[in-house]
Amino acid sequence: MKRTDILFIVLAFAALALYPLVAEPYGIDRVTKIMVFGIFALSLELLVGSTGLVCFGQAAFLGIGAYAAVLLSPQDGPASLLWLLPASMLAAGAYALFMGALSLRTRGVYFIMVTLAFSQMAFYVVHDTPLGGGTDGIYLTNKPMLGTLLDLDRSVPMYAFTFGCLLLVFVFLALVLRSRFGRALAGIRVNEQRMRATGFPTYPYKLAAFMISGAIAGLAGFLFAVKDGFVNPELMSWHLSGEVLIMIILGGLGHLRGALLGAFAFAMLQEFFKSEAIFGDFAKHWHLGLGLSIILSVALLPRGLVDVPQQILLRLLGPRPKPPGTATQKSPP
Amino acid sequence: MDVATFLIQCLNALQYGLLLFLVASGLTLIFGIMGVINLAHGSFYMIGAYMAYALAPIVTSTFGGGFFATLLLGLVLAVLLGYLLEWAFFSFLYEREHLQQVLMTYGLILVFEECRSLLLGDTVHGVAPPDMLAGTIALGQMMTYPVYRLFISGVCLLLALGMYLVLTRTRIGMMIRAGSTNREMVQSLGIDIKFLYRIVFAAGVAIAVFAGMIAAPVSSVYPGMGNSVLIICFVVVVIGGIGSVRGALLAALLIGVVDTFGKVLLPQASGVLVYVLMALILLWKPDGLFKAG
Amino acid sequence: MMTAPEVLLRADGLSRRWGGLLAVDRVSLDLQRGTVHAVIGTNGAGKSTLINMLSGELTPTGGRVELLGQDVTQWSQPRRARAGLGRSYQRNTIYPSFTVFENCRLAAQARTPRPWAWWQDARQCPISMAAAYASVERAGLTDLRELAAGLLSHGQKRQLEIAMCLATEPDVLLLDEPLAGMGAEETERMLLLLAELKTSHATLLVEHDMDAVFRIADCITVMVNGTVIASGTPDFVRNSPEVRVAYLGEH
Repeated sequence: MKRTDILFIVLAFAALALYPLVAEPYGIDRVTKIMVFGIFALSLELLVGSTGLVCFGQAAFLGIGAYAAVLLSPQDGPASLLWLLPASMLAAGAYALFMGALSLRTRGVYFIMVTLAFSQMAFYVVHDTPLGGGTDGIYLTNKPMLGTLLDLDRSVPMYAFTFGCLLLVFVFLALVLRSRFGRALAGIRVNEQRMRATGFPTYPYKLAAFMISGAIAGLAGFLFAVKDGFVNPELMSWHLSGEVLIMIILGGLGHLRGALLGAFAFAMLQEFFKSEAIFGDFAKHWHLGLGLSIILSVALLPRGLVDVPQQILLRLLGPRPKPPGTATQKSPP
Repeated sequence: MDVATFLIQCLNALQYGLLLFLVASGLTLIFGIMGVINLAHGSFYMIGAYMAYALAPIVTSTFGGGFFATLLLGLVLAVLLGYLLEWAFFSFLYEREHLQQVLMTYGLILVFEECRSLLLGDTVHGVAPPDMLAGTIALGQMMTYPVYRLFISGVCLLLALGMYLVLTRTRIGMMIRAGSTNREMVQSLGIDIKFLYRIVFAAGVAIAVFAGMIAAPVSSVYPGMGNSVLIICFVVVVIGGIGSVRGALLAALLIGVVDTFGKVLLPQASGVLVYVLMALILLWKPDGLFKAG
Repeated sequence: MMTAPEVLLRADGLSRRWGGLLAVDRVSLDLQRGTVHAVIGTNGAGKSTLINMLSGELTPTGGRVELLGQDVTQWSQPRRARAGLGRSYQRNTIYPSFTVFENCRLAAQARTPRPWAWWQDARQCPISMAAAYASVERAGLTDLRELAAGLLSHGQKRQLEIAMCLATEPDVLLLDEPLAGMGAEETERMLLLLAELKTSHATLLVEHDMDAVFRIADCITVMVNGTVIASGTPDFVRNSPEVRVAYLGEH
């Protein structure tokens, strides 16, 4: 991995760690939300960027993690984080197992459509049945606690906890991607036929990636539910699945830091177009600006923002001569 | 359920299925022939419905025409829209990866929705069917059935037949079918592929818009209608098999039956039933019921 | 006293039907250790279908496949690969974005997959690293091992394709037109490599280059329209009247 990339990642996490010291509560809440989306985006990066599986149903896992957090919480008092968190991730991972088992038999565009349809299935379950409390959603009456250590009702502890989760997920995925399992996923992405010809049974690898991805998205959902204290079917809407795809493309596919960059950039874009200060009355039509930005960014920046610093450097300094025969073995996270 | 109710539900299922087929056929053809997955296809349906609502007063006051005149005008505008869209936007998508197509057409949905919001607002509207079709006919002794719904089924069947004839009996239909199974071969045969694509795309758009227009009196005109029809169309295409018009017809009818009877028999699960159907079919046939062509 | 050479792969009456079309009609052949068995035929003769049935990518509609004495007819391709069957493809199936070395290392990893060790760097596996170095060297690509595979010349890519085959240390090699698109010099190099590999493996070679086939093959099977019209030593095939009829004017 290039030194500039490591530096970028370290600086980014340091900035996030120090942010609460200088920010106001509103800012802290906003960034907590963005970090949750960062975890969400990282989960999808494992599937799309690393394994090459374009899943258009990631919101289902987020939603299931969130709903599990609320539905499994006892009514009379706060649940312990120690079991509620893993339980939510497990629920999301279980749906990923179901979805993966049925969709991984399909290929290409079919796969995209099928994942979309299965996430709609989950949406309708919470939307139409009493299980999900319908369109009104459900409130989380007592936020989970970790003994007396962590009061997730307050901004800073919630921020810290989310930051910790983000850091752990990032490190975990970075390790996984350089492990044998991760290299196998990369091989499946680049040339699945060769993987099979060499002796890898590719289906279990893809299914495992699906489940891990689902569980991490479930973690993001858990954090979402705990932060807001409220869940509703919109968490499973396919618009959210589309948005998280945009985040990882915007940031740059094939790079873990791209997922983080994309989550932040997307949040900035939304803020920008929603801002009444800039657009006045037109701000309520912010979807228009967002839609146009999506079209333009996919058309003009297919490799995402991750490449931008390099491009800027290249223009400023001119191309540096490369020693003959260099190549990176794999993309840096 | 007595016989009359059963018959009514069957007719409803048929009408819904045929309408769905109309919209889905455009989607499957566009994907089968041009290899473009178009998330904005549902938006054309929505545009059709809003056109039926917005154009009716204009047509009445300027030409003195009624429902059918509105339909005709809408159709002409739709073909123009399809032609322009293909030239300005979709022709750039052919060489791109599916993920990029998905995202760019997703952005297009947002643009369409907001443009509609700006031009026509976000309220729900009703559209009245034309007087001559507004009545009901008797089914047996106790029940009646709206004539307009029969009209919809009839028109869809006619269009389906028309599509079948064009695809199997005309030269251009032959080129389209060849193009859906082997794009490179069609190109190397010297057929102007750009023109073919533009025609197919414009036709797909026009069919979806038309479906929205004739559906407007029964489904009413509301902002989210494009999105809901889009996803069901995806299910139709997945079940039917990408690129297969035959498959789309069968799948749409199946979904019509499952959805209609589901709403009556198991109202709470009705939203999920269609996806359960899809899951079961995928277990049996991962590539859908039919192959392209 | 000579013992019969070991039959490592046997195809027994293999057939493949697509609806009304019989693409392969009851083809049988043996692959013995230390020999090269070539399969030749015109386009559409069924060679690709045959090799796909042997590798496990296509299920036969009739007949059986035996690998190292076991009936593997219903086995998937990865399973056969792990049992000692290697395959190279007519079009390159290398990983262009990875380095040459990583191409071989990933191929070798199939032998010791250990997917659960998520914390360990893949390059810490001594077995797959050693196998990778060995196969890179065998293919003559040691100097180029840090280069992105996509940057190799066509001939070098074909060599890499073979190297990846070797990384899993198979007993049987199914080589689908390894000489495709190669110039004279590259062909020589490849033929030397194939001659080297011959002694330790049982090799099936599908090829169009007749000079190469007659040079290196110990046994040749000729297919036309899905059936075998002649099978035997190169001399036998060269002189066979059926083959002459089928190939009249074609060389």
